Amino acid sequence: MRRRRTDYTGIPAWIYAAAAVGGLLVLLPVAAMAARVNWPQFLPLITSEPSLTALGLSLRTSAASTALCIILGVPLALVLARATFPGQRLLRSFVLLPLVLPPVVGGIALLYTFGRQGLLGRNLELLGIQVAFSTAAVVLAQTFVALPFLVVSLEGALRTAGGRYEAVAATLGARPGTVLRRVTVPLVLPGLASGAVLSFARGLGEFGATLTFAGSLQGVTRTLPLEIYLQRETDADAAVALSLVLVAVAVTVVALSYRGPRRTGTAARTTAAHASGGSVQ
Amino acid sequence: MRPVRKNSAGLSAVMLLTAGLLAAALSACAPGAPGGTGGAPGTGNAAASGTSGGSRLSGKLTVFAAASLKSAFTRLADEFERRNPGTEVVLSFAGSSDLVTQISQGAPADVFASADSKNMAKLQEASLVGDPINFATNTLEIAVPPGNPASISTFADLARPGVKAVVCASQVPCGAAADRIEKATGTALKPVSEESSVTDVLGKVASGEADAGLVYVTDVKNAGDKVEGIPFPEASQAVNTYPVAAVGTTRNRELAAAFISLVTGSDGQKTLADAGFGAP
Repeated sequence: MRRRRTDYTGIPAWIYAAAAVGGLLVLLPVAAMAARVNWPQFLPLITSEPSLTALGLSLRTSAASTALCIILGVPLALVLARATFPGQRLLRSFVLLPLVLPPVVGGIALLYTFGRQGLLGRNLELLGIQVAFSTAAVVLAQTFVALPFLVVSLEGALRTAGGRYEAVAATLGARPGTVLRRVTVPLVLPGLASGAVLSFARGLGEFGATLTFAGSLQGVTRTLPLEIYLQRETDADAAVALSLVLVAVAVTVVALSYRGPRRTGTAARTTAAHASGGSVQ
Repeated sequence: MRPVRKNSAGLSAVMLLTAGLLAAALSACAPGAPGGTGGAPGTGNAAASGTSGGSRLSGKLTVFAAASLKSAFTRLADEFERRNPGTEVVLSFAGSSDLVTQISQGAPADVFASADSKNMAKLQEASLVGDPINFATNTLEIAVPPGNPASISTFADLARPGVKAVVCASQVPCGAAADRIEKATGTALKPVSEESSVTDVLGKVASGEADAGLVYVTDVKNAGDKVEGIPFPEASQAVNTYPVAAVGTTRNRELAAAFISLVTGSDGQKTLADAGFGAP
């Protein structure tokens, strides 16, 4: 039954045309931008000191925010996928909120939380911790917008993997901690990996929340997107060149994430396929 | 391979659905969107005293103006529509360099008002605008949060250690002006942030994140009691001049000229002065 469904590929011809338009809508602007690159100047433009500083800062903060996403997102996904408690659906909606919120709104919300006059910021200030205008603010902003990507990917993976192996492990005497470490996590590792990669990519592209919340200072808070935005004011060539770098990094990262799941073991794949067949209906 | 694809398709479908539902729920909560730009509804009563003599003006005029002109130009556009029934002024506000980019890419603007001569010069070089007329000036002022927590009183106070000062990046006009003042006074600021627009600087000050920021006099005036303004004499080292010009591709040359003469005329100058702008 599964076989019949997956092998059926009868798509009406017009769908291909619509799909082509959809693909072009994304590809054409990127191609148009690539066409505007000042190639003879490309290397000097992207290796200028402010550019390299911004790229380095972007990579470091995105790595840090990805780590934070894993630390906070894995428990969150586990709770959402495995536990049942009142208000669970509400919690899921709120966790997904940054996906649909304009990042500027996220930045404002963060400002009123961690800012100097903010809900937590006031207390942090007393402890001598200042978040505003620091690199930590950038990481917070990136984590805020990237967390849903990890949670959604992982929760999906957890649901499709199902709880059967875990139940078996538990009946064999494994305690919950052992089950999590030895069964659950290995089972959903591909989902976790692709979620982490997506969060990294989202963190790399973060702009609005950073601009609103963290400010913009070379080497401290001016990430690559902010540098592009600023360069655009005076030097369009530099902005285009840096944009292309960001596109290249993003494409690489996303390509890596979609290759991941295909290399997994057959057992996990079959289980995933089975369960997802059910969830689609 | 297939099953996995199917899996991810299912997942993203669920994701999209959730996102869509959330968005729908959120927008359902929001009140009806208020009207757009300053295009005031037809207040075309009989008060139309044909000030701009000659033929009767009509049609739509699109004005691209620097963000700092928002309140003054919104009032002037209303005034223009009242005086010339049958005309409609559509306003678009953004950073001057954004507007230059849009006009160079063929955006349908009839009049362009820039916050500095440099951006206007870019369009002049490309022969995209007529001769510009300077119609206002703007100077920098120190903005501090209400109560002035860091007790700022002079420009040099901004460089004091421990003061969180925010300025514009030197790539944008307000930052270039700050640079000129720094050079002229020999003061080296160590800002905690160099923002891309004066609005962002003001936001950081109004929210109390920063102790002080360098913004335009008009921004302080516009912000009301959200910030306090501290004028400083060194500001005269960097005066920004605002030029206005008709865009070359305008289809309604007369209307554009009439609007520019309202801006440069005595009534326009009064409105601009009320908003805090200096005379050209």
